[in-house]
This record gives sequence, C-alpha cells and structure tokens, in this order.
Amino acid sequence: MTLEEKVKQIVVDSLHAEASQVTPAASFVNDLGADSLDQAELMMNIEDAFKQYVGDNIPEEDAAKFETVGSVIEFLKSKGVPENVD
Amino acid sequence: MKTALVTGSARGIGRAICEELARSGVAQNIVVCDVQKEWCEETVAALRAIEGVQADSLALDVSKEASVVAGVAEAAKLFGSLDIVVNNAGVTRDDLLVRMTEEKWDTVLDINLKGAFLVTREAAKLMMRARSGAIVNIASVVGLMGNAGQANYSASKGGLIALTKTTARELGGRGVRVNAVAPGFINSKMTEVLPDNVKQQMLSIIPLKKFGEVSDIAKAVAFLSSDSASYITGQVISVNGGMLMP
Repeated sequence: MTLEEKVKQIVVDSLHAEASQVTPAASFVNDLGADSLDQAELMMNIEDAFKQYVGDNIPEEDAAKFETVGSVIEFLKSKGVPENVD
Repeated sequence: MKTALVTGSARGIGRAICEELARSGVAQNIVVCDVQKEWCEETVAALRAIEGVQADSLALDVSKEASVVAGVAEAAKLFGSLDIVVNNAGVTRDDLLVRMTEEKWDTVLDINLKGAFLVTREAAKLMMRARSGAIVNIASVVGLMGNAGQANYSASKGGLIALTKTTARELGGRGVRVNAVAPGFINSKMTEVLPDNVKQQMLSIIPLKKFGEVSDIAKAVAFLSSDSASYITGQVISVNGGMLMP
C-alpha cells in the first residue's frame, strides 16, 4: 500500500475515526476529535509502524507539529519513508 | 484468560499476591518478576501446582529503564496479553532524616517510586490500546501518615499514591483502572527485623490488636484487580487493622 494509505489506516485504528473523514487536510483535534491521549496513542502506533525510519521515540518538537494527517505523511517522507510501504 | 505481572514477587507480599490472583481465578497466567530469575523459582512452582494456572518468570530490575522496557514487552509476549499489573517491588533503607545519605534516599526512591512509574508507563502503552486493564500499586500506611526514620520510604509511598491518582485520571477514559493498597504493619521479611519494643508500640495503636498477614494484602489486591472492582479507580484501600483511618 502507499504511505498515505498506511498512515490513514493507523489514524483510523488509533482514533477510531471514520475512514471517509481521514483526508490529508483533516485536523486530528478539530476534524477527527482527538484528545491528547488519542494523539499519544497515534504517535506510539506511528513509531511502531515506522520504527526503522523514526526510531523508538519521535521527538516532542516534531510530534507537536502534527496537526493534520498530511503533516504526519510529510514528516515520514522527510525521514526517508518510501511512497510504497508494506 | 487474564495475565498478571507482579513485581518483586519472589517472596513475601508479592508472592502472596501471585498466589491469591491465581487461586481466586482473577488471573490464569502469572508472570513472576524479581531482580534475579532464580529467586522466582519457588513462587513459579507453587503457582504451577494450582489447577488451570500457567506461570513463568523474568528478571526485572524496576529501577532500570532498559530492564523494564524489555521486561514488560517480554511479559506481554509470554501469554499474549497483559491485563493486570501489580507494582509491589519495594525496599527500605531506614535512617533518621539528619543521618540519611543521598544513596539511601536514591535507592528507595529509584525502586519504590521510579520503578512503579516505569512499569506503569510501559504497561499503560499496552493497556490503553487494549482499552482495558487494572493496575494496583502497593503503597503503605506511612505514605499517608509519615513515619520517623523513614523519610525516603514514606516519601516514595506518598509519591506512589499521587502517581496512582494521576494515572487513574489519565487512563480512565481508556478503561484502565489504577488503585493502591496501603498496608499497615504486616508480618513479613521487611518488618521482622524491627525490635520488639517497636512492635509492641505499633500494636498499641492498632484497634484490631494484631499485625496483618501477607494474605490480607493479597486479597485486597485480587479484589481491585478483578472485574468486581470495575467501578473503582484512583482509590487507596487501607489494610491496616484500623491503625490509621484517613
């Protein structure tokens, strides 16, 4: 699957969001209703899925910038995650 | 099928907790943890003798982050889930405040408080995703009332009570309950070293006029770990013969 599909899947699982609402422009807090613990869980799941690129812990200064689904995708691309992932 | 991990469970209160969780059917799989794996053998053997119970052990130094991260992950793999965690590991290094060394302070805080934090953090990552779990912290009556000669120990237990309440607030929305049991004077290795005059003095302030047994603590822990306590979180249950009524 593509990186975008993979991230969307993780967001849907982590936030129990409707798949149709999870677009690159969707805001975790405003559109998907995530609270702080939801966002922490999302980070843990991103770290698990992309451990080889982002390490065990995404630094807080990076995580703080994750406002939308797209911002996570861009971050992962900047860490060298390819367009197509398992 | 529920899996429980109990820290410091090679002997004493920890071992009694493992046995009560198993015997009462609250948990079917028990992970016995202590600093050295060999110390856990007797507890594991006793647990395996109970019908329908599986038990295994692992070496866990709760004061070391790397040990806890690896240990909790391994514990979850042993039986496929982690449903109950009991933070029981604890030590004393008593001395009067004015004579207490930094080393004594750090040792007690590292094991009793930082250890519980580390284990809780790693377990919480699993439990919040599972949307279920129960954590029980073994505090102490001295964490509520203070005790001359135990500045380090009482501070660690008071801190553990605050950690219990904060964790309960953070994880409540994820179906994870966090409670504490605060034992009073319990017959165990930790208390048998106390001089007789101290024991007599303690007895005089205990309305039930006797010391508690490790099984008294274990039963309270088993209750809080079980579904019978499904609406109880953030609480400190005192098991102290009435010596303090907070």
